[in-house]
Amino acid sequence: MGLLRNARQKDKYVWEIPVGTQEGMRVPGVVFGDREILQKADEDNALVQVANVACLPGIVKASLAMPDIHWGYGFPIGGVAATDVEEGVVSPGGVGYDISCGVRLIKSSLSWEEVEKRLEELLDHLERGVPKGLGTKGRLQLSRKEMEDLMRKGVKELVAKGIGWEEDLECMEEGGCYPGADPSKVSERAFQRGRDQTGTLGSGNHFLEVQVVEETGPLAEEMGLFEGQVVVMVHSGSRGLGHQICSDYIEVMNAALSRYGFKLPDRQLVCAPVKSREGRDYLAAMACAANFAMCNREAITHWIREAFEATFRAGARKLGMGLLYDVSHNLAKVERHLVDGKEMTLMVHRKGATRAFPAGRPELPERYRAVGQPVIIPGDMGSHSYVLVGTKEAMEMSFGSTCHGAGRTMSRKAAKKKIRGEELKRRLEARGIKVRTDHLSGLAEEAPEAYKDVTEIVKICEGAGLSRRVARMRPVAVLKG
Amino acid sequence: MPETPDFEILDHTADVGVRAWGKGPAEALRNASLGMLQLIYDPSTVKINESREIEAVGRDWPSLLVAFLQEVLYLVEVEGWAIKDLEVVEVSEYRARARLQGEDLDPERHLVSGEIKAPTYHMIKFERDYDHWIAQVYFDV
Repeated sequence: MGLLRNARQKDKYVWEIPVGTQEGMRVPGVVFGDREILQKADEDNALVQVANVACLPGIVKASLAMPDIHWGYGFPIGGVAATDVEEGVVSPGGVGYDISCGVRLIKSSLSWEEVEKRLEELLDHLERGVPKGLGTKGRLQLSRKEMEDLMRKGVKELVAKGIGWEEDLECMEEGGCYPGADPSKVSERAFQRGRDQTGTLGSGNHFLEVQVVEETGPLAEEMGLFEGQVVVMVHSGSRGLGHQICSDYIEVMNAALSRYGFKLPDRQLVCAPVKSREGRDYLAAMACAANFAMCNREAITHWIREAFEATFRAGARKLGMGLLYDVSHNLAKVERHLVDGKEMTLMVHRKGATRAFPAGRPELPERYRAVGQPVIIPGDMGSHSYVLVGTKEAMEMSFGSTCHGAGRTMSRKAAKKKIRGEELKRRLEARGIKVRTDHLSGLAEEAPEAYKDVTEIVKICEGAGLSRRVARMRPVAVLKG
Repeated sequence: MPETPDFEILDHTADVGVRAWGKGPAEALRNASLGMLQLIYDPSTVKINESREIEAVGRDWPSLLVAFLQEVLYLVEVEGWAIKDLEVVEVSEYRARARLQGEDLDPERHLVSGEIKAPTYHMIKFERDYDHWIAQVYFDV
């Protein structure tokens, strides 16, 4: 605490924590937000974490934090750190335990009037079709070889099994296959933890939401979004597989730490050079988890489409259920960026932050190259969600990154104490939001009061130039693990 | 009858942890495990039908704590097992072995309320403190 007094306001929504504020900082910290966000982050100790990340070997430009910053493990949530791939490090903690946790949005040509009448039936089908959290087995029982193929080849392997659509591939980062995946770098234990979890939602803040597009701005039409449209949002990650890979490589890198002579302010920031054996192995395993996470969301998408087909007695293609996009908000990626006028190849860690590339970037699929990358921001349960688009300014300021959601403001225990699950369910239903969950106490933990207002976060991202609003959605039904 | 576990749930804005105490490292490990399990389901609803053994290795005390909790978590998540209680039968800085009692996990009967992704090294502690041992760990949930 107390770093705020060292912070200098550089712009309306840009604050800098200068080098020297904390020992070992190699670059400044930069936090995007207003004074209130900075104050809260300071009370939370998250600013110390921004300064800690600035100590990572090979970090360039700045240790960044998006406006949804809050206290995390080692890295703050909302943190973005880019390291030079030649001399810098990769840190599993900078990606997080839920590797490639992310969000996707599935469109439809249905209007709310059409869906409202059959919402209960649709939810019944969704609830039956999409396995949720702990103790529920996934619908896909894959052999060891099949798991390896998914990890290596990503979503196209799932599509080859008849799950998901070919045309979904271009609406995912890396075309649904993160390069460099090597299942031999994944432990037996990680395999076991991921084994029956392909196509399961998971619990905690993971959810499936039926939403209605409420307001659209420029570019919405180009993205196929219209007011009154029903869309479905999925928030899930790499499940036990990713959690175990992160745990495994934290151990591997801890054991190697003294060999590289790194002094780190927090054990959770453990890292290894990108080019070292430990670094390369981690990245090969991380890629497996990233592919697994995209497959997980793709399988869920497939069952969502089936639920719509069963409810509306029409094919999902006829119902316009194409994928808008799939974003990951916990990942490290090799990207080219300009740093002080020089083009560099960087390992960009995003821990609770979303890639937000502008029109023209070669990484974008053809359909979005003239529009810019869709960024999907889930609200907390019961509040609005957003589709944003990447900007040129974000490329200059934040390595093409923006926020990932609202960010907690109340602890789980406090939320549980303050709000009862049943009462929350009633309250949401009074607002026209149907809730399906197996665990009402888990519901209370994710109550809207426990989160920052996502609309404020999105406005600040826009004010800072990190992304622009395209559409706002309101939830009509929530399914939670 | 084993002693009532001595632990408290640590609760910060975005995360949750456990601080447990014990007369020695074995008891602190047991209490930290029971604290963690309480975050996943309600151990008081679990019956004892079966017992199992786990073993964990570490490079130092904190890493042993992390490894041990990972083993416990694995039983729950992968083996689908609900643990009622455990006894750490052998412990050194590098190795711990425990016997656990419980039954097959039934999400409804055992009141499953959430998942734990992993124990982390964030602000971790597993050390002697005056005349007792303290085990503190935060979880990614």
